[in-house]
Amino acid sequence: MSYLELLKLASPEAVVVLTALVVLSIGLLASRPAAACAFTAAFGILISIGAILLLPRNATLFGGMLVITPLNSLFKIICLVLAFSTVLFAQAERASRHPGEYLALVLLAAVGLMLLVGSEELLMIFIGLELLGLSLYVMAAFDKADVRSAEAGLKYFLFGSTSSAFTLFGISLIYGMTGTTGLAPIATKLASMSLQPLLAVAIVMTLVGFAFKIAAAPFHLWAPDAYQGAPVPSAAFIASGSKVASFVVLGKIVLVGFAPVHGSAAWHAMVAGWSPLLAALAALSIVIGNLLALAQSNVRRLLAYSAVAHAGYTLIGFVAGDRDGLSAALFYITVYAVTLVGAFGVVGVVRRETGGDDYANFSRLVSRSPLLAGCMAIFMLSLAGIPPLAGFFGKFYLFSAALHAVGNQGLLWLVALGLVGSFVSLYYYLLVLKAIFVDEPSIAAAPSVDGIGILSEIVQQATVSLLAAAVVLLGVMPNVLASQILAATP
Amino acid sequence: MIAWTIYVTFGGAVLLLFLRRAFARWIALLTTIAGLAICLVTFVRTPIADLAHFTTIVRVPWVPALGMNYHLAIDGVTLTMVLVTGISAVSTVLFSWDVKDRQNEFFFWLLLVVAGCYGVFLSADLFLFFVFYELVIVPKYFLIAIFGSTNKEYGAMKLTLYSFLGGIFVFVGILVAYVSAGSLDLNELARFQFSPQLQSWAFPVLFLGFAVLAGIWPLHTWAPTGHAAAPTAGSMLLAGIVMKLGSYAGLRVAMNLFPQGFHMWSKWIAVLAVIGIVYAAAVALRRSDLKFVIGYSSVSHMGFVLLGFATANALGVSGAVLQMFSHGVIAALLFAVAGRMIYRRTHTRELDALAAMNLSRALPFAAFTFVVASAASIGIPGFSGFAAEITILIGAWKTYPLAVWIAGAGMVLVAAFTLRALKESFFGEIGAEGDIRKATAITTLNREEFNPITVAEKIGACMLMVATLAIGVYPKLLLDRIVPAVEAMRFLK
Repeated sequence: MSYLELLKLASPEAVVVLTALVVLSIGLLASRPAAACAFTAAFGILISIGAILLLPRNATLFGGMLVITPLNSLFKIICLVLAFSTVLFAQAERASRHPGEYLALVLLAAVGLMLLVGSEELLMIFIGLELLGLSLYVMAAFDKADVRSAEAGLKYFLFGSTSSAFTLFGISLIYGMTGTTGLAPIATKLASMSLQPLLAVAIVMTLVGFAFKIAAAPFHLWAPDAYQGAPVPSAAFIASGSKVASFVVLGKIVLVGFAPVHGSAAWHAMVAGWSPLLAALAALSIVIGNLLALAQSNVRRLLAYSAVAHAGYTLIGFVAGDRDGLSAALFYITVYAVTLVGAFGVVGVVRRETGGDDYANFSRLVSRSPLLAGCMAIFMLSLAGIPPLAGFFGKFYLFSAALHAVGNQGLLWLVALGLVGSFVSLYYYLLVLKAIFVDEPSIAAAPSVDGIGILSEIVQQATVSLLAAAVVLLGVMPNVLASQILAATP
Repeated sequence: MIAWTIYVTFGGAVLLLFLRRAFARWIALLTTIAGLAICLVTFVRTPIADLAHFTTIVRVPWVPALGMNYHLAIDGVTLTMVLVTGISAVSTVLFSWDVKDRQNEFFFWLLLVVAGCYGVFLSADLFLFFVFYELVIVPKYFLIAIFGSTNKEYGAMKLTLYSFLGGIFVFVGILVAYVSAGSLDLNELARFQFSPQLQSWAFPVLFLGFAVLAGIWPLHTWAPTGHAAAPTAGSMLLAGIVMKLGSYAGLRVAMNLFPQGFHMWSKWIAVLAVIGIVYAAAVALRRSDLKFVIGYSSVSHMGFVLLGFATANALGVSGAVLQMFSHGVIAALLFAVAGRMIYRRTHTRELDALAAMNLSRALPFAAFTFVVASAASIGIPGFSGFAAEITILIGAWKTYPLAVWIAGAGMVLVAAFTLRALKESFFGEIGAEGDIRKATAITTLNREEFNPITVAEKIGACMLMVATLAIGVYPKLLLDRIVPAVEAMRFLK
């Protein structure tokens, strides 16, 4: 293995790291760095996407530390696209007084995502998690003038580092029992082992760490404050990119590494393993997320609680545990991430115009900006699972895969719970839309004081519209993405 | 060709988003007229023999990995439903001619509902069917919550949540059918033998989900509040077409997929249907808001549809399909009179208040329309209501003689509340003989106060009246197409 080859295979990551450094120095040197930084960062991400497309289809480095498969490449691209939209939102945010540092953090977090997605080895996964986590903690606390942002950062940091400790502990136990950190070797070792208590502890510990990351109940307590307090682009990235990557990794760990201890979550026929555990997490997330979301009056908190519920739906795909289930879960979480980034984009604009993001700030948005109102309607209805939007197809795919997987419709209980959950969810999503389309305007829009450039505003609105168009497109022609994911899923 | 009803209507809706306000209502009118024209051409040109089976018209792979196809098909039942959609849609636009506020948005939501309905009726793929079915829900919310009247936000939310709850049940049923049979093609599914144990629980889940939208007792409560809250166009669409989505889907999907489950539960459907007929009519007799009265009458009439289904014989089910057509036209007409002709001019729908206005003098055309609509609704021979209900009752006689007696009593109640509404709203008594001068004064005042019935309203009302009369006088026109299609379905005993 020559270094040249390593550099070639790791070129997408390398490009993003280099871009981060360049952006940092532009931030230091230029007098008005905002536009230049954003442009460089966006450009770097595009080059990195190009580099991914040029990679060979399959390659493995250092016993699984860096693995290139169609699935990994696809999700690296998806993560980069999410980072790209975050960068475009960040450039319109006047709060970022240090655009160079902020965008460099976004890029470093993106590297973390790529490492997470592109590795099948526990140590590397942990490093990716930490790189991602540390960048996101700072991004959450970036708005120094806002006490809520500090709160968000601190909470996210405390919960996140605790969960990392859990994961690390779980990983160390697994290593102790199997003597390896590669996912595939772990699976072969576990296949000859019974489900002894130590293994159960290891599995629980590892999963607890990831449950924090994906904000599954009861490990979701950081999410509402982080979503509400963090600067809008940070929140968008935490809610989308970090979530997609965590789900991809979690899927790999449970379905590849822990495959022999799958267990069963079928009604009346539960077998110990990780799948009843995830089923319990899913059920709890669906119930708690949806019920708490009903009581919110702030759009970002609403999105946080609904994120808990959506994590629950997605987990159902893993519980199903077969190829269809995995690809359905990955499709669902991708669509979810795209939708959520878009929704945060709208929140960002409304926040700049009205100084807040409660329901009242959205009142009669349709008369102020029909475009944004329409986009927000698309995002909310897609989250609620209304056709012909992508969220609907995602739910159908997910639930039908779950029913297919376990014989005799054993997962019907979980699917029924998910459906009831999405029934409840329509109510609170409609409340947001009611504010946007029906309510009398209660807060007068004041053009932002510092006056962000008209160009940045156009860029942000165009990004939001593109994301909305993507949500519609993925709903009308789901085959575009679904067949890619299904073909790439091993 | 008939598939173009969907595309044209969606296209019109999208066009409305980008065009100036001045064109909005014309675009909407042209779109719906085009839709109706396509329906009529298909109706005339398709040979009756071709309508006996659910014949594919379009089939394009959509998501091959999951077996989803963009698959449309048509038979006699579908054609009937598409036709009533076209007729109601045009008249709905005509009766919304003077919507002032946010016109583009209004017609956008309206056309979405219409397009979704066309889609539901024509779908031959279960997934596609469900996409259209759920697509109709949200536009209704906006139509009512933004443009409605009495207690609109409550009514809109209640209606939407009820519909979506029904949708959740349907979702479960569809998933189970899909997973067990491994196909989404309605024709293939209709040949698949589901296990009796599965059918015994999947049928009620699926049918109940659909029946929520059809206004089955006791899940009907969204209908009166929703109708009362909705703008006139909304009520017309809701009662005219959307409620039919539920009953049509119950027939096409629930009953045809799970015939054994249907036979197990059909007597309970009959029970609920009969309770619905009598209960809703009795409630209507006591309500004083004209729209509530008509809303309950819709529930009562839809009870006949369900009763027709429950008979499980060709006559009863065909009658039910005819009743769907008939009620679609009549309900639209009734709501048009109540919501547009009366409420827009008097700003009240309270029967007591209307009784004092002597509207038959002030609005003679409205009075005439309402008389025709009431006659059709009561089931006077010569109108479509009679043809449909008598067919259902004859069919039911073979299976549930008792139900016929009770439903017959229900028809008397329907006649009672309809005549009461008619009398109080248009032919109210002004008072004692001596008050004639006062009466004349009020009438003259009214004549000046009320805008005359507009041309658009007249055309819309005439269309609906012609439709109900034509089918009433010559029901064979539709029955010839419906009966063979129903006979091809497999749930018949």
